[in-house]
Formats: sequence, structure tokens, C-alpha cells
Amino acid sequence: MNAQRARELGGIAQNLRITGLKMVQSAHSGHIGGAFSLSEIMSVLYFEKMNIRPEDPQWEDRDRFVLSKGHATVALYPTLATRGFFPIEDLSTFRNIDSYLSGHAEMKHVPGVDMSTGSLGQGLSTAVGMALAAKQLGKKYTTYAILGDGEIAEGQIWEAFMFAAAHKLDNLIVILDSNKVQLDGTIEEILNTGDITKKFLSFGFHVISIDGHDVQQIAAAIDGGNATEGKPTIIIANTVKGKGISFMEGKSKWHGKTPNDEEFKIAFEELYNKNLKLEG
Amino acid sequence: MADKIATRHAYGEALSELGKEPNVVALDADVSTCTMSCMFGEKYPDRFYNVGIAEANMVGIAAGMSTLGQIPFIHTFAMFAAGRTYDQIRNTLAYPHLNVKVVGTHAGLTVGEDGATHQCLEDLGLMRAIPEMVVICPCDGNETKQAVRAIASYNGPCYLRLGRLAVDVVTEFPGYKFEIGKAQSLKDGTDATIIATGIMVQIALKAAAELEKENINVRVLNMHTIKPIDKDAIINAAKETGAIITAEEHNVLTGLGSAVSEVVTDTVPVPVLKVGTEDTFGKSGNAEALMERFGLNKENIIEKVKKSISMKK
Repeated sequence: MNAQRARELGGIAQNLRITGLKMVQSAHSGHIGGAFSLSEIMSVLYFEKMNIRPEDPQWEDRDRFVLSKGHATVALYPTLATRGFFPIEDLSTFRNIDSYLSGHAEMKHVPGVDMSTGSLGQGLSTAVGMALAAKQLGKKYTTYAILGDGEIAEGQIWEAFMFAAAHKLDNLIVILDSNKVQLDGTIEEILNTGDITKKFLSFGFHVISIDGHDVQQIAAAIDGGNATEGKPTIIIANTVKGKGISFMEGKSKWHGKTPNDEEFKIAFEELYNKNLKLEG
Repeated sequence: MADKIATRHAYGEALSELGKEPNVVALDADVSTCTMSCMFGEKYPDRFYNVGIAEANMVGIAAGMSTLGQIPFIHTFAMFAAGRTYDQIRNTLAYPHLNVKVVGTHAGLTVGEDGATHQCLEDLGLMRAIPEMVVICPCDGNETKQAVRAIASYNGPCYLRLGRLAVDVVTEFPGYKFEIGKAQSLKDGTDATIIATGIMVQIALKAAAELEKENINVRVLNMHTIKPIDKDAIINAAKETGAIITAEEHNVLTGLGSAVSEVVTDTVPVPVLKVGTEDTFGKSGNAEALMERFGLNKENIIEKVKKSISMKK
């Protein structure tokens, strides 16, 4: 990827943050921290790598995407809207009683969502099912799943890992949003998951560790995953929770908290300033 | 009358027959030779997945496969099918209304010697508490086969409850037709109605025959669909016979008895007496002996029929 394209994708990521923050402001609720750690990943997936047709969300040969950490709709919905799956104006109805844009990801109501998620630990298994079905039906699409690093405390995640490796699902790319922070504190404080690279390797995965805010590294890791044969890939994306807003970065209290008016003002200023730098 | 056959055995035959449909897939969590999904696996190894002892993962995989238009049937014991994976079924199958069939075998006390940890007496309650879930409990092998075809044609999540023991075939008669949500009257009567499900249907018929000798004429309804429950059949029974007895191999809390009571108290309030386990765990023992011990027998039904008639206004 050339530097120009990298700058564009970085700009898109920053705009996803701005759009996401506006959504949270309209809704007076939503999960900012674990959405902003994903912005660059969503930008590279939806604007560079994934084979999708926004005008035909159910196109049968599309790449599949499962947001296993289903609370990160503040990353997902702005991405889908910006990519053209539904009108961007609708984002202002997020979490509203009459809106189709629910708090957690919903496949039956939101165009472009391939699986309903929200109860942590369950999405990865569904992505495994999609990858397995592709093998069985001879389809060539790739299935992507994004996990939270707190989420991997759920036992079902490891059931799914074992199955994916045993069935050699090389059409599955898992991206771990390793932002090191969960709702109640840091991963280290709550349940230290230790050397996850070793764990994933021992589970039979192709493991790639990257800076999850570097679009070139993200793109290269996805290419590496797609080129891997005989085993599933996991990309450990080292990210920062609440990335882009200084007072939120790395803070568990910004997992699901809504900023007050003053905090919104500062947050928007920081995001717009960064955006100008990217564009300049 | 046809030979006794366990509903799970009839199920295995029906599923492997259904395999003619290329979009049917089967998953099992390491108990396929007990749930009898192995019969499908032998015939269609390319569409059969033994996921290992990982029920939650099995639900999720099935959910993912169903989005490709496949119709997954997933199998394990009722305890784990409905109990262990309640959250997965609620949030990942039922909420998005995915076309996955959950099959729980070895339900109830008749698991026998394996004891309380494997005797699920709450699955009907758990599954019917979930919006949009279809919940079916066939009474014999013939009905099971028809139920399998019916749920395969229905587009949405279903729970099918099956038993370990061989049971009498009571639905093999001219005109029998399985329809989701439609109870059948297996015997007409005017003094009271026994509404039974699963293995209790054949016991209810025996109780009814015995009551006949005492000139007590009871109607027997086979309520194979717990959800959506056949409200019309229940309302008619309440109006026409004035007393109802429910019979299920399940906790009287939350199961068939509760479902029938909910309809009756909303419409035509009449006595509803319940035969089932009385909010208790099971125990190890011979299956038939357990049914006697816990009052899931003809005698208890007869006693409750007489009591319900005495309670009529």
C-alpha cells in the first residue's frame, strides 16, 4: 500500500471516530472506548480489503464479518453507513426507541450486519460456522471476526479456536482488539491472559502481531492471513482503548460512559485537530 | 399396534431420511450414538460434524451455517441442549430467528440410572420462555418422524424434546396428521380432559381406559406442541369438560401444566391439576421405577381426574 492510500485510510478511520462520537452524543449512550480502538481496523477492512456490495448486502459471495464484541456498534454502524449500506443521517437515531440502529449489532434490522451479537463469547462460533459452510459449499469468501481481549475469558471462544484449527479453516481471519482494558479495569488486573501469542500458536493458529492503528500493518496482516493455507489466522492488533481522545485513552471508565458537554467539546476538538493533520 | 420404539431412534431414522435434502446438516456434541444423529452421519459424512464436548460452540456454528441457507439440526442431551446453552439459543439463534433445530434427547426422569445431573426436567420451561421459539415434545416414534419433517419445513428456531426409553406407538391411526401447534384428541369425553405430552400421552390413555370402567369419560389431548400452544383445544376442553389435568415428564412449574394454566386462567377458568415432578430434582434408578416414585403414573392421573371433577362448580 502506498503512502497516499495509507493516509486516506487513516483519514477514513479518524472520520469514523468523529461520526461515532456524534452518534453517542445523539444517543446519550454507547461504547466509545472499545469502538475507537477499532477505527483503523474497520477502515482497512471495509474500505480496502473486504469483498462486499453495499447495494446488495445479502450478496451470497460477500466476505463475512462478525463483530463478536457486539457492543462496538459505535465502530460498526459509522463504518457501514459511510460505506453506503444505509444513510449516514440515520446514525443520529442510534439507540432510539423507534430506530433500527440498536445498541448491539443486529443482523435482522441493520443492513450489512452478518450476525447478531452482544452476548460476549458467542460471535466467534458463528464466524466459524460461516467459514465451515464456505468450505462445504465450495465458496471462496473470507470470514472475519473481531474479538475483544476481555472477551477471550469466555470459554466458548476457546471451543471455537479448537474447532477452527482442527477443521483447518484457513478462510477464517480473527482479529483480536488487544486494547488491554476491559469494563472493570485492565486485562492484567481482571484476568491476566498471559502470553496470548503462545496460547494462539499452541491452538494451531497462524499468529500475526501488529500495531492495530497502523493501516499498512493491518492491510499486510490481512493479506498474510488470506495467503495462509491449512490453518486459521489470528491477528493480535495492539490497540489503545479510546484512541484519539487524550482523556479516554487506556481508561476502563470510558468503556461505556457518555461524556458530559465539556468532555464532548474537548473530544471533538481533539478529533478534528488530528484530522486536519492527517489531511494536511 | 406397532412395536415400541424410543422417540430418539425414530428420530435417527427420520433425520437420515431428511438428509435427501442437500441443505440439511447435522452437528452433535460427542453423544451421536445416543442421540442417534449417528445414523445421519453414516449416510452423509460430509454434512455431519461432531464438534466434541462443546455445546455452546455447536449452537454458534449452527447459527453461522444457517445464514448460508443450510438447515442445521444440532444434538445433545436435553440437559445440555436446553440448559447449558440457554444464552446461546436465546441470543444467537432465537433473537435473529435463525433456522436451526435444537434436538434434546434423554429428557426427563426416564434417563434412569444416570441420575439427576442428566435428567432435565426444566427444558420445556426454559425453551418456551424464549420468544419465537417453537417447542415440540412428540409422544411416540410415528409422531416424531412427522414432527421432524414439519420442523424442517418451518423456517425458524425449534426445540425438539426426545426420550431415551422405548414407548408405545399411539398415533398410528388413519387420519393422524402432525401439525405444529395443533393438539389431537386421542379420545373424546365430557367429564374432564387430560392434556398430556411426550411419554405421558400413553399413560394418560391407560388412565382414561380405566376411568371408563367407572363411567368417568375423559377426553385425552395429545399436546405435542408446547409452544405455540393450541389455545383453541384448551379453551374447548375447559368449556366442554369443565376440568383439566395436565401430565408431563417435567417439572410442574414452567412446563405444560403452566402453559395450560396460563390459557385457562385468561379465558375459561376451571380447575387445572398437574401431574409432573413437583419442583424437585430426579435421582438414579430404573426408569419405570422412577416414574412410579415421582407419581408420573396412571394412578396419580386417575386420582387427579377425580379430584378435578369434584372441584367443578
